[in-house]
Amino acid sequence: MSANRQENIRNFCIIAHIDHGKSTLADRLIEKTGVLTEREMQEQVLDTMEIERERGITIKAQAVRMVYKAMDGQEYILNLIDTPGHVDFNYEVSRSLAACEGAVLVVDASQGIEAQTLANVYLALEHDLEILPVINKIDLPSAQPELVKKEIEEVIGLDCSEAPEISAKNGLNIEAVLEQIIKHIPAPEGSADEPLRALVFDSLYDAYKGVIIHVRVKEGQVKPGDTIRMMYTKKEFTVTEVGYFRPGQYAPSNGLTAGEVGYIAASIKNVRDTRIGDTVTLADRPAAEPLPGYKKVQSMVFCGIYPADGAKYNDLRDALEKLQLNDAALTFEPETSVALGFGFRCGFLGLLHMEVVQERLEREYDLDLVTTAPSVVYRITLTDGKVLNIDNPTNMPPAASIAKMEEPIVKATIMTPEEYVGSIMELSQERRGVYKDMTYLDKQRVILTYELPLNEIIYDFFDALKSRTKGYASFDYELIGYKTSDLVKLDILLNGEIVDALSFIVHSDKAYARGRRIAEKLKEVIPRQQFEIPIQACIGGKIIARETVKAYRKDVLAKCYGGDITRKKKLLEKQKEGKKRMRQIGTVEVPQEAFMSVLKLD
Amino acid sequence: MNIDNSIGLYIHIPFCRSKCYYCDFNSYSGREYLAGAYFDALYKETELRGGAVENRRVTSVFIGGGTPSLVDPGYISDLLETCSRYLQLDNDMEVSIESNPGTLSYEKLKAYKSAGINRLSIGLQAWQDHLLKSIGRIHDRRQFAENLDAAARAGFDNINVDLIFGLPGQTFGDWTQTIEEVAKPGTVKHISCYSLNIEEGTVFGDKLAAGTLKPVDDELDRRMYHYATKKLAVKGFRQYEISNFAVPGFECRHNLKYWKAEEYAGFGAGAHSYLNSVRFNNALGIEEYIRAVNDAYRQGRYTAPAAERENNADDTCGLHQNFSVIGLKESMSEYMILGLRLNEGVSPAEFRKRFGAELTEIYGDTLNKLMQRGLITACGTDNVGEPEKFCLTTLGLDIANSVFIEFI
Repeated sequence: MSANRQENIRNFCIIAHIDHGKSTLADRLIEKTGVLTEREMQEQVLDTMEIERERGITIKAQAVRMVYKAMDGQEYILNLIDTPGHVDFNYEVSRSLAACEGAVLVVDASQGIEAQTLANVYLALEHDLEILPVINKIDLPSAQPELVKKEIEEVIGLDCSEAPEISAKNGLNIEAVLEQIIKHIPAPEGSADEPLRALVFDSLYDAYKGVIIHVRVKEGQVKPGDTIRMMYTKKEFTVTEVGYFRPGQYAPSNGLTAGEVGYIAASIKNVRDTRIGDTVTLADRPAAEPLPGYKKVQSMVFCGIYPADGAKYNDLRDALEKLQLNDAALTFEPETSVALGFGFRCGFLGLLHMEVVQERLEREYDLDLVTTAPSVVYRITLTDGKVLNIDNPTNMPPAASIAKMEEPIVKATIMTPEEYVGSIMELSQERRGVYKDMTYLDKQRVILTYELPLNEIIYDFFDALKSRTKGYASFDYELIGYKTSDLVKLDILLNGEIVDALSFIVHSDKAYARGRRIAEKLKEVIPRQQFEIPIQACIGGKIIARETVKAYRKDVLAKCYGGDITRKKKLLEKQKEGKKRMRQIGTVEVPQEAFMSVLKLD
Repeated sequence: MNIDNSIGLYIHIPFCRSKCYYCDFNSYSGREYLAGAYFDALYKETELRGGAVENRRVTSVFIGGGTPSLVDPGYISDLLETCSRYLQLDNDMEVSIESNPGTLSYEKLKAYKSAGINRLSIGLQAWQDHLLKSIGRIHDRRQFAENLDAAARAGFDNINVDLIFGLPGQTFGDWTQTIEEVAKPGTVKHISCYSLNIEEGTVFGDKLAAGTLKPVDDELDRRMYHYATKKLAVKGFRQYEISNFAVPGFECRHNLKYWKAEEYAGFGAGAHSYLNSVRFNNALGIEEYIRAVNDAYRQGRYTAPAAERENNADDTCGLHQNFSVIGLKESMSEYMILGLRLNEGVSPAEFRKRFGAELTEIYGDTLNKLMQRGLITACGTDNVGEPEKFCLTTLGLDIANSVFIEFI
């Protein structure tokens, strides 16, 4: 069949800002090429996780193979690799892009270019992808396709003369997109006769097949029975099955060859042996060099996750292990907190990743969690020259033994309508940002670049940004390094006892204000109890803020006769339930919300 | 199950002239025209259920409301006569009726007396007329004084007065005056002092939700409460339950049954019963109740609820609802929660007699924890050195719920 020839293959991804219609377009392409019958077609086929659909974001990379009979009469194989849509998953995105020759850039005809659009375009350009602009949502009354095209030409420098104007939602002009893909995106290169080099762009754990590696074969071939070698982890496995992706299912084939996108199963037990970005080669005829671009994924944000019910510790561990099967970027280690008991210190790519993991633990594994404030990794140089990486404030050494503290710094790109520049500058200033650059995209829109300490954005920066710009600003960041900083550990004491789970590291200039705010906030969330509860914020033993939760004076049902007993018992049961959900810290009962509420201080 | 197998009987009269602003009871104003049909239904319910409780001695009757004193006293005497026909009434039983000033008269009181009522409860709530008005009461204090006097002349010497403290706008002085005026030597032998609780679905509840009512703060509420407990003791009214005070010997026998977790039958709309370990309530609405009783009576279809039956609601034509079987564990828990309301507390000996189990074995840890928190105390020692009883401390009385939840 002609479609099997390498020149009839097109490997591409779709890039877009959130909500610009990436997943909807993917659905239409799949529908148009008839991979699924209408009955099988469910909205947003590629976003399979509940959270993905709810939030309209893609967390896991997915791939699908389509067969399209083009107007030139030939059949083409189109491999669509859906990339995660969030800055937290930048590395995964970069590997997915590396598996493609081209990218379809979807831009909302009423919104125009946004921060993520640009970030993704730059990434795509870095990978030498052919970028195909597509103007979506032209059915909207507010659509201004001509303006948006002009903007793309001016800002990104892409020729938009042939850019299809589509409505993915209504299925309008989808064929034009397919034709453009055939016409403009180059066929894959690389010889099938060379030693095997296949790029791992994702991996997934399957209970029956073991880890399923998603690959793009750059050179060479692979088939069942081959012994493959992972060039970075050096692990070797015997291939049990290879094949292509159909939406929601695997289609086994006799082999994969240069230019193709597909999967390899080899009874691999641990997803850690198949790192994203690694190169698969054959053990008996290995390639000389792995493919470029491999990075070991590093967690940027850490937090403690504890079961609300201490007896669920093992359930939490099992759930984390299961999530980790499909999420190599998630790390966890057992940790003990005086306040919260036994739990895990978990590492994440970023805040969204953290939220997604927490949500999945709660929803898919039905766990009630208590989460501590997220922390970044601080680099601490001790007076004896030793260097520590601290991701948990509890482990911070005493101030006297510290020679130097450094904190991670990110480069933040904020795109905003011009009218909000003032408030964003103010916000960035408050968050210890260093102004770097301001560029006008057009008359109305501005890109601001700031260097910000990561610990200033992991709490509520995004929320604050949204509320100060009525949701119009978009935001993206990347880690650029470490910087010396005057940091202190702030402890919170309840009834005179340090609550380790509430400690955090903060810049000394902000310690007083934050300590006061937290004490006030805790006063709001900690209910009155039998005794007065002093709440204190302190730095190195010095109290900087104090609040008091007054003792309750009255908690009694005055009337209780025959008819009241059932009803009043229900009230007491409710009260008891509420108490159960609290954490006993010393003599103080602290509601679980307290641990998270200290994050949202504005 | 009660040791001596006796029960209390509660009869609900749901009519009121108007609904007070704090009231969330099953009571209705402007429906007095239903009184005839309602009492007919009550007589029928007594007949229907008489058989089921015939082996249970009735040692107290409590006619509550609503405002039982609103209706013609003839209904009340017929009701008690019906009871004596179908139930096994004790000769020296306590028979209480609730009343509100403004609905009583010497003639009415005389009629009650000759019907066998020997205990009168008057809802005064507050002494100051402006407060009475502000909580939606239909009377003033002059009417109370007149009614109290008439009651004495009619021969009542066992009278309770209901009071509320913590009313919006009530000052500490208002409260001390109320106590001073009510707790005088004479026919008033019993005083109930209730801390106002603003309930949803009441006028006060709506106002609270709308932000137009400022509840009194807990500090003042407790000051009033502590004043009442001290002052009433001096005046000879001994506290025997969280909200109840009596001249010794005049404690309400009917209510004591509730707090000792003993069984009772409730007749009338929405009345609750706790019989043979099953708790349930009657149809709530007046018409709904009348209809259910008439259906059951006409069809001759009434079977008393039982723990092992499945169709309790059907077998009573919908007269009874919300059945819950109180098992041993729950029964013990209720025994503690209710018993600790009483100043005499709970005693290991009585617990043993009732459940055949050791109190300290079942609740030892809980009791110790609560004693450490200073919320309960152990009093007296029996001949083997065990405490004779456990009861709430002064602090425990203020925050009794935090004690009770430990037994849930």
